[in-house]
Amino acid sequence: MLTGPVIVFTSFAYLGLLFAIAYYADKRADAGRSVIASPYVYSLSLAVYATAWTFYGSVGRAASDGVGFLPIYIGPTLMIALWWIVMRKVLRISKQNRITSLADFIASRYGKSAAIAGLVTVIAVIGILPYISLQLKAISSSFSILVQYPVIAMPEHMGAGSVFNDTAFWVALILAAFTIAFGTRHLDAAEHHQGMVAAIAFESLVKLLAFLAVGLFVTFGIFNGFGDIFERASDVPKLAAMMTPLESVAGGYASWVWLTVLSMLAIMFLPRQFQVTVIENLDEKHLSKAIWLFPLYMLAINVFVLPIAFGGLLRFPGGGVDADTFVLTLPMAEKQELLALLVFIGGLSAATGMVIVETIALSTMVCNDLVMPVLLRLRRLRLNVQPDLTRLLLGIRRGAIVAILLLGYLYFKLAGEAYALVSIGLVSFAAVAQFAPVVLGGIFWKGGTRNGALCGLIAGFAVWFYTLLLPAIARSGWLPIGLLEHGLFGIELLRPLALFGLAGLDQITHAMLWSMIANVGAYVGVSLLASPSADEHRQASLFVDVFRRGGETGGARFWRGTASVPELYNLLGRFLGAAAAEEAFREYAAARGLRWPLERADAELVDYVEVQLAGAIGAASARVMVASVVKEEALSLEEVRAILDEASQVVEYSHRLQQKSRELETATAELRAANQRLKELDRMKDDFVSTVTHELRTPLTSIRAFTQILLEHPDVEPAQRTRFLGIITKETERLTRLINQVLDLSKIESGRAEWHDTRLDLKEVVSDSLAGMGQVFEERNIRVQFSAPQSVPPVSGDVDRLIQVLLNLLSNAVKFCDARNGRIDVALYEENGGLRVDVRDNGAGVDEADREVIFDKFRQAGDTLTGKPQGTGLGLPISRHIVEHHGGRLWVETRAEGGACFSFTLPFRRRRVAVAA
Amino acid sequence: MKVLIADDEPNIVTALEFLLQRGGYEVRVAQNGDEALSLIESERPDLVLLDVMMPLRSGYEVCQHLRERPELQHIKVIMLTAKGREAEMSKGLSAGADLYITKPFSTSDLMGKIRGLLASG
Repeated sequence: MLTGPVIVFTSFAYLGLLFAIAYYADKRADAGRSVIASPYVYSLSLAVYATAWTFYGSVGRAASDGVGFLPIYIGPTLMIALWWIVMRKVLRISKQNRITSLADFIASRYGKSAAIAGLVTVIAVIGILPYISLQLKAISSSFSILVQYPVIAMPEHMGAGSVFNDTAFWVALILAAFTIAFGTRHLDAAEHHQGMVAAIAFESLVKLLAFLAVGLFVTFGIFNGFGDIFERASDVPKLAAMMTPLESVAGGYASWVWLTVLSMLAIMFLPRQFQVTVIENLDEKHLSKAIWLFPLYMLAINVFVLPIAFGGLLRFPGGGVDADTFVLTLPMAEKQELLALLVFIGGLSAATGMVIVETIALSTMVCNDLVMPVLLRLRRLRLNVQPDLTRLLLGIRRGAIVAILLLGYLYFKLAGEAYALVSIGLVSFAAVAQFAPVVLGGIFWKGGTRNGALCGLIAGFAVWFYTLLLPAIARSGWLPIGLLEHGLFGIELLRPLALFGLAGLDQITHAMLWSMIANVGAYVGVSLLASPSADEHRQASLFVDVFRRGGETGGARFWRGTASVPELYNLLGRFLGAAAAEEAFREYAAARGLRWPLERADAELVDYVEVQLAGAIGAASARVMVASVVKEEALSLEEVRAILDEASQVVEYSHRLQQKSRELETATAELRAANQRLKELDRMKDDFVSTVTHELRTPLTSIRAFTQILLEHPDVEPAQRTRFLGIITKETERLTRLINQVLDLSKIESGRAEWHDTRLDLKEVVSDSLAGMGQVFEERNIRVQFSAPQSVPPVSGDVDRLIQVLLNLLSNAVKFCDARNGRIDVALYEENGGLRVDVRDNGAGVDEADREVIFDKFRQAGDTLTGKPQGTGLGLPISRHIVEHHGGRLWVETRAEGGACFSFTLPFRRRRVAVAA
Repeated sequence: MKVLIADDEPNIVTALEFLLQRGGYEVRVAQNGDEALSLIESERPDLVLLDVMMPLRSGYEVCQHLRERPELQHIKVIMLTAKGREAEMSKGLSAGADLYITKPFSTSDLMGKIRGLLASG
């Protein structure tokens, strides 16, 4: 049943199935309902790490080295434990800077350098060629073996004969066509290939199932379980030796270490791994599930490796069957046709998955980071004025896919024969490991410069080429073998396999050691020689500090210049197509709530356009294109540093500001209240001033009028003249009194009054005041009575002021007491730790409503009565101030029998009271 | 010609009374706003010397009331007051006063203005 056509048909059917899955997934993605937005799909897609190498080669390695096949899987498992630190940072950086490939990432870090982008692409392509050829070898070998069923014979000298007879060649072409169909149907700005991801997640399942199937078959079908196999193996001495870890690996400790390190780096820096882990990642949160799902997968696919290896060695003891093929030949030997077919499909699946993803990743890099920058610089092509470049871009990518696969085939023909699968694969691992220093340095060390990265990469790659690739080509006979034995130009120290005399290590370890020394040495050394440029510093900051800064406008902050919206729009349209450009601009406007069409082109818009463009043509080219349509003002390094420092200071100060703002709020509230009071006072002052003015003008009017009258009318009767002169005099006195009182009050209120405090006898003071008004009392026929104890304790106070108070109270009493039978009673007595004086009259008394009002400035009882009150209206306020200054109180009460009683107190112990305004 | 003096300051009333009588005018006196209105009503003077700051009713109010009555429109009003600010002046004039004079005033000036107003009829 297993004839050629059947196998071919099954293969095509399987590939067709993959394609259908991819197609469906892409359609769902376009509709916005992605099928791959699940951490399980994500984790499965990471399993593209397991290629035909895993499928066939692990068993092959295990058969010669026993447990020594493991480091290649221990490595990724260990690395994944570190992913939480490293990969999360890489993911975040890539999302923020819209990174589209590994070369884009590295170039972007070092100042968006086109040179680095190109170099990384070249290294990646050359480095991966062996790996691709491995897949081609696996597919064609397994096909050749299977098609000979039921005979089990190793394929003949592969690669010999004409190309067109070579299965591998056709496989290469078919895979190229398939990959083109998968990955280059349209351009996606973010380089997402959802269909591809769905397909390889599926094929990860298929290859796992196939391997588990054959593993179960061998372990429990051919033999009787794990115990059985290992028992029988330990009977064979050679096999027994392989079960101990350290001795089984050629090179012992060192090999184990380096192999583990290598695979740790490979899981990160293989272009296909970078593509599925970083670029295709839809949600950062998927990473946390992947961290344990992926090692689980690794475990599952490696569980049966040793059993199958030992099973094969036991089953084919003669060594005539290549251990790499045990997975296939064991079912064949047991006549399990379906299983064998399944295994073949599994291997095909593993190989295809790798080829598709790797080639798509590489072709993206070749297009964006190698070809486009060169083309854009060739002014002859005038690419920057061509209206639509999408077809050109797709064309370049397709061409690159075909070229890469053919080159892979070429390597297969030249060098693939000599080595076992695993060794071929390790060569590629070592190549991508050269990216480790510049990437890891790039995300943790701000001091890495573009020149340092360039030198590091070149140095590492050169050593890799010399120590790994050259020998492979030489061993296949395409270069003189003398090179290996005697070194370049015959210099012994430059022998590719024992550089500088370091012999005794296995080839991979040797190559890794020297290439890493050269790489890291050059990178660090050259970086330290010069300080980073403004561009590099900015990018370094964006990368290393990615967790510290929020938001996606990192680049925009550092941009200054002028641009026009139409030009930017045209630019985007040329590379993404008019529809995509329009949509991009609309999204931008909608996200920021701006009107469409946009009016202004600011730094954020330019940055946005550049990022979108980078998705199609890479960051370096995008930079060039955008620069051609905008006039940028270059920021000096100082300015960039200043901006960065400013930003960090801002962050620092912000929480201090929060604290301060709370304090400010309370202070503001207090200030507001104080302001209110001040305004109040101001108003009162204005009122006071206007009232005083009015009060002053009134007597002045009389004085002026009468003076004028007397001047202009000399014929006034003497009686009238006397009267008028009398009025003038009185009004002058009134004026004087008013002025004095205003000044007095003002002085007291502002605290500028002078107080002459002495110990005084209040009884004496009262008596003196009464005596002073004796004449007035007589004129008005007022009876006055003064009652006081024999003697009173002395009190401290200002005598003149107290007399002032008493005179004020007494004159008020005189004014308001009964007109005909006026009576004033003055009483002095001790009370409550002080002395109290009452001045009573028998007048109309003071209304309840007026009791406080009369102590206001210029307010007098009787304001609204028809009788114009006498006096200035300032006497009581001044008296109150004086009394309060002495620590006492002044108030009025209405007596039960009518009339007012003004009372004031003077404490013995005085507390100095500030005069209230 | 009859002139009404409306002011609560007795001394000023005395002075004005003297001047007006010397000038040959008939003089009536009111000492607050209410009195002023009722005297205007009953006596129908030709001119009123109106003090602004009066008890019971201010000079502005008196003036406004006056102007609301068509039969009293012809009466001339001179406002006298110690308040001299612009705001007060325009307030007075907009209340309907013909003239606004600040205290202290010049007697000859005042008499001249009175004569002028009454001459223009």
